[in-house]
Amino acid sequence: MSTPQTAAGTIAGTVAGTAATRKKRHLSAYVALFPAFIIVLLAYVVTVVWNIWISFTDSKVLPVNIFVGTKQYERLFTTARWLLSLQNVVVFGILFIAGCLILGFLLAVALDQKVRFENTFRTIFLYPFAMSFIVTGLVWQWIMNPTLGLQRVADSIGFTWFRFDWIVQSDLALYVIVLAGIWQSSGLVMAIMLAGLRGVDRELWKATRIDGIPTWRVYLHIVIPILRPTIITASVLLAIAVVRVYELVLATTGGGPGISTEVPGKFIMDYLFGRGNIGLATSASTVMFITVVILVTPWLYYEYFRDKPRGN
Amino acid sequence: MTMPSSVAKVMEGPSGHKPQHLSPARIGLYAFLVIAALFFLLPLYVMIVTSLKSMPEIRQGNIFAFPQVWTGEAWVQAWSTACTGLECGGISVGFWNSVKILIPSMIMSIFISSLTGYALSFWRVKGANVLFAILLLGAFIPYQVFIYPLVLIYRSVGVYSTLPCIIITHTVFGLPVLTLLFRNYYSSLPMELFKAARVDGAGLWQIFFRLMIPMSIPILVVAGILQVTGIWNDFLFGVVFAGRENFPMTVQLNNIVNSTQGEKLYNVNMAATILTALVPLIVYFGSGRWFVRGITAGAVKG
Repeated sequence: MSTPQTAAGTIAGTVAGTAATRKKRHLSAYVALFPAFIIVLLAYVVTVVWNIWISFTDSKVLPVNIFVGTKQYERLFTTARWLLSLQNVVVFGILFIAGCLILGFLLAVALDQKVRFENTFRTIFLYPFAMSFIVTGLVWQWIMNPTLGLQRVADSIGFTWFRFDWIVQSDLALYVIVLAGIWQSSGLVMAIMLAGLRGVDRELWKATRIDGIPTWRVYLHIVIPILRPTIITASVLLAIAVVRVYELVLATTGGGPGISTEVPGKFIMDYLFGRGNIGLATSASTVMFITVVILVTPWLYYEYFRDKPRGN
Repeated sequence: MTMPSSVAKVMEGPSGHKPQHLSPARIGLYAFLVIAALFFLLPLYVMIVTSLKSMPEIRQGNIFAFPQVWTGEAWVQAWSTACTGLECGGISVGFWNSVKILIPSMIMSIFISSLTGYALSFWRVKGANVLFAILLLGAFIPYQVFIYPLVLIYRSVGVYSTLPCIIITHTVFGLPVLTLLFRNYYSSLPMELFKAARVDGAGLWQIFFRLMIPMSIPILVVAGILQVTGIWNDFLFGVVFAGRENFPMTVQLNNIVNSTQGEKLYNVNMAATILTALVPLIVYFGSGRWFVRGITAGAVKG
C-alpha cells in the first residue's frame, strides 16, 4: 500500500545514514507518536471493545460481568422508545440531509453568480454553524413557542389558517428540529459547495456559453456531476451529525412532547446517566457504532487509502 | 423552492466588476439571497430584541417588535444573578469555567495533534497506518459509544468529574480531526525541506520545533479557531466529565433556561443565550476566511 506516509518514509529512508542513526530516528519517532498511540489504544480501542462487552452482560445501574448473550439486544428491539427513536432519526436524517444539501447548494450557486455583497451574504449564511447546538435549539424553541413566538404573532394579525404550534404537537415536533438543524448546518454545505464551484474550470463555462446551453442546464448536467465528490463529502459529514444528534433535540424539545422526538443519541445518554440501565444503553450504542462503521468505512478507504501519488 | 434560473454573466477573467443590467433573473437571484439572509438572521434578531425588553412588554407584545423601552437589565441578570436551580451566580460562573477548560485543552490537543501529524507525514513508523486508520474512523464514531467505558477508566484512576478529566477528554476527542488537519498540511510541504534538514543532521525534534512549527503558523491558527469554537460549544463532555463545579457555559445555560420555577424570564434567558454564543461568534466574525478554511479543511482537499 503506497500511502503518503510510506512514500515519505521511503524518501526519508534514502537519505538515511548508518544503521545506528536509522535506529535512533525510529526510536524518536515512536516517542513522538507515543501520546497518540496511548490515546488511540485507551480511548478508542479499549472503550469500544469494553462498550461492546458490557452490552452482552446483565448490567443495570452498575456494570457487572455476567454474560447474558444477546438478551440486551432482544430487549432493546422490543423497547418502543428505541424503535421510535430509530424511526425519528431516519425521518430527521432524510429531511435534514436533503434540506441542507438543497439549500446549501442553491446558496452556493447563487453566491457564485458574481453578486454584490457576496462576503456579507456568506458570513450571514454560515454564522449559525459557529454556534452551539444548544443555542440553536433554544432559539428555535422560543420562535416556535405557541404563546411567545410565530404562532402568537400570526394570531395577533388575524392570520389563523396556518399553525406554527408544531413544537407542542407530537406528530410535528420533529420537523421543528429538522428546521433548526437546517438553519444551523446548511451554511456548512454552502461553504463546501462554494469551494467546489470555485474549482470548476472557467474554460468549461466559456465553452458552454459558446454552445448556448442555458445556465441551469449546465449546473444540472455538468456541474453537479463534477461536484460529485464534494456532494458525497458533505453528505457524509451531515450523516455523521444525524447519527450523533443529541444536544439539538435536548435543547429544542427535550425529546417531547412525551417521547415523540426521541433519538438514539439521546436515548443512550438518558439510559446511561438518568435511568441507570447500562446494559441497554451500551447495546444501543453498539448498534450505533456498527451503523457508523458501515456508513463511513467505504468512503474513508476511497478518500485516504487508495494508491495516490504524493503531490507536492 | 425553485432554482433561480439566473442567467449569470460568465466569468471572463479577473477583470473587475462588470456592469450588470438588472434583468428579471438577476432580481430573482437577489430576492432569493435576501430572503435566505432574513431566514438566517431572524433568530438572532429575535434574541437581541427580546433580551432588551422588560418582561411585561414581552408578555403583551410580539417577539418581532422593537423594544418600546430599551433596558439592559436582563443582561445584567443573565450575567450575574440568574439561577440554575441550585445557585444564583448567573451565566458568568459558566463563562469562567469554560475559559478554564478551553485554554489547557486547546494547548494540549494542538500540541499532541501537530506532533502526531508531523510524525505521520515525515517518519516511518511501524503501525502508523493502523494508527491513522483508527484515528480517521474515530473522527466519525458518535461519542455515545466511548463515553461510558471512559467514565469507568477515569473513575478507576480517580479523576472523574474534575477539571483534568474534561481537559483530557477534549484532547482525546480533538485528536482525530486535528491530526488529519496537520497531516494534510505537512504532506503538502515540499519534501526537499525535510531532506535538507536531515542532511544537515537535524533530528526529529529539532526539525519539528525549529522548522515545522514556524512553518505551521497558518494551520496552527486554523486549528486554534476550530478548537475554540468546538470546545466552547461542547455540551456533552461538559455535562458528563467536568463535574458540577466546573460545568461549562453551555451546560449552565441549559440549566438556567430549563430550571426556572414559575414564569420563564425570556429576556434573561435570551441574554444568557447570546452571552454563551458570543465567544464563538466573535472568533467567527473576527477570523472570517480562516474559519471556513478550518471547517472545510477535512472536507475539501486543495
